[in-house]
Amino acid sequence: MNALLTLPIVLPILGAAASILAGRVKYAQRAISITVLGVMVVLSAVLLVRIDDQGTTAVQAGGWAAPMGITLVADRFSAVMLFVACVMLLAVLLYAIGQPGAERHHVGFQSVYLVLAAGVAASFLTGDLFNLFVAFEMMLTASYVLMTLGGRAEQVRSGMTYVVISLIASALFMTTVALVYSATGTVNLADLSGRMAELPEGVRTAFSVLLLVVFGIKAALFPLFFWLPDAYPTAPSPVTAVFAGLLTKVGVYAIVRTQTLLFPPDSRSGTLILVVAGLTMVVGVLGAIAQDDVKRILSFNIVSHIGFMMMGLGLFTTAGLAATVFYTVHHIVAKTSMFLTGGLIEHVGGSGRLSRLGGMVRTAPVVAVLYMVPALSLAGLPPLSGFVGKLALVDAGVASGSYPIVAAAMAVSLLTLYSMMKIWNGVFWSPAEEAPEGVVHRVGRLGGPALMVVPTALLVLAGVAMGVLGAPLWELSERAAADLLDPNGYVEAVLRP
Amino acid sequence: MSVTLALAAAILFSVGTWLILQRALTRVIIGIALLSHGANILMMASHRRGRPPIIGSGDPSEFSDPLPQAFALTAIVISFGVTVFLLSLAYRSWVLTHDDEVQDDLEDRLIGRQGVLDKEIADEQAAIAEEELEQQ
Repeated sequence: MNALLTLPIVLPILGAAASILAGRVKYAQRAISITVLGVMVVLSAVLLVRIDDQGTTAVQAGGWAAPMGITLVADRFSAVMLFVACVMLLAVLLYAIGQPGAERHHVGFQSVYLVLAAGVAASFLTGDLFNLFVAFEMMLTASYVLMTLGGRAEQVRSGMTYVVISLIASALFMTTVALVYSATGTVNLADLSGRMAELPEGVRTAFSVLLLVVFGIKAALFPLFFWLPDAYPTAPSPVTAVFAGLLTKVGVYAIVRTQTLLFPPDSRSGTLILVVAGLTMVVGVLGAIAQDDVKRILSFNIVSHIGFMMMGLGLFTTAGLAATVFYTVHHIVAKTSMFLTGGLIEHVGGSGRLSRLGGMVRTAPVVAVLYMVPALSLAGLPPLSGFVGKLALVDAGVASGSYPIVAAAMAVSLLTLYSMMKIWNGVFWSPAEEAPEGVVHRVGRLGGPALMVVPTALLVLAGVAMGVLGAPLWELSERAAADLLDPNGYVEAVLRP
Repeated sequence: MSVTLALAAAILFSVGTWLILQRALTRVIIGIALLSHGANILMMASHRRGRPPIIGSGDPSEFSDPLPQAFALTAIVISFGVTVFLLSLAYRSWVLTHDDEVQDDLEDRLIGRQGVLDKEIADEQAAIAEEELEQQ
């Protein structure tokens, strides 16, 4: 068990070091990255099965007992997130190798990518507020480099905004850690769970809101989302796919973890979260409708869907949290495959602008199918996974009597469908109005290099499977939600092994 | 927590916030540095004060709490690295544009002008229609 919890963090860091040493040999670098991420997928799958079987498990690094030492914890929620994240990282890496561009021209890509993987894994597995800060920094620093890889003018411009806003969030996180430590004398999440209950109610609410703001910046919640649609589209498309699929979701994970574990039921800010969730949904989708660029529409859609995840959390019921877990997993898979398809569209059409693209349903029918399936899934059409997630959210909302948020969710789903059809019309259906500004690649029947199309297709298939054969995942989400709502299991596993 | 440290943190936070809101990249970077210094000072102020925590140098109950010092040290190293990255990014921006200011988001401008353009076209068409009426 020790190895299962530590290796997902240690392996990619060692891999990154080896990758730097192998800097001159591209094939060696690729072999290292694929091996490391492949092993991580297997490890996290084994971890998921064992955690689901045995319940929450904790490991104390170096054998120091809980509140003092460095704690690594896996419960069902973090295990399922880790597994999905590892699969995404591997699929996107294969895509990046197949794509002419970022990965081929930069020696540092592979090693930085592995550091990002380590940061994501550490964020999911850490049981300690300060180590969560360190894991976030590891992940974000890697993301700064990946985002500005190439150093083009617009990348530097949007990268600057992204780095500055992330650093402000980090300073705020550090401040929160300092305040939490001076109020409670501990940063261990399980220990905090007990100590937080002893604080006066006002202080607890202040901490809850502070943590919501800190992670809300990373998760792109309203009104802290403005950096995301500006920053994501300028990065190379595999990088955008990883960011879209994983980074915001790590923020969502941190919000869910801290809001459920640290605060006793009477001081949970459920109404605040529901209001923020509703505004995030609406503002995100309205932004998406106004855009004229494939990646920007998709980026605004990320913001909108973060609102759906927050909706399930804001309800603070088992059904709501189960829906959040399911929706988050669905969204990681669907969004990553959408951005990979966005990269294929740029590869085939030589542009990302709707006015410069057209008629691709004839020139690249495979890409059209790869676009349509996750697009309908995001809009929530049955039998795809988005439908299951949205049905669960609406069901949970009605069960708790929160009708305004349910109405907002329904309306936003319809508008999401509209924004998805806007891309469909602009890119695949109607003829192009202007000539593309970039390079148009010659493609065969597949619509791109096999190494780009196959990982995308596999992710799309995984998304379909999650909808059609979704029952096991839904049951797992329900068990994870029950764990989240009752923090005693988590606290017991860490403090009294 | 001593008043001096609290005051120092407050001043660093306020000056940092003001600098981040400037348009020049160098000021933004200095602002970020001050903001993280403020957070570190707050961290240092959040613990029990006392003698240096070295085992064998005295009674452990008189020691200061070493944990926040370790936290602050980690945070300082991280912010050091990231500041260097920011500086290189600002330098790259200067090489590309010969300007130290934050550039505008072009795409955003285009979207913002959409409505205006539509109105301009409508006005123009109204003017043309009016001219035609006069000619008749």
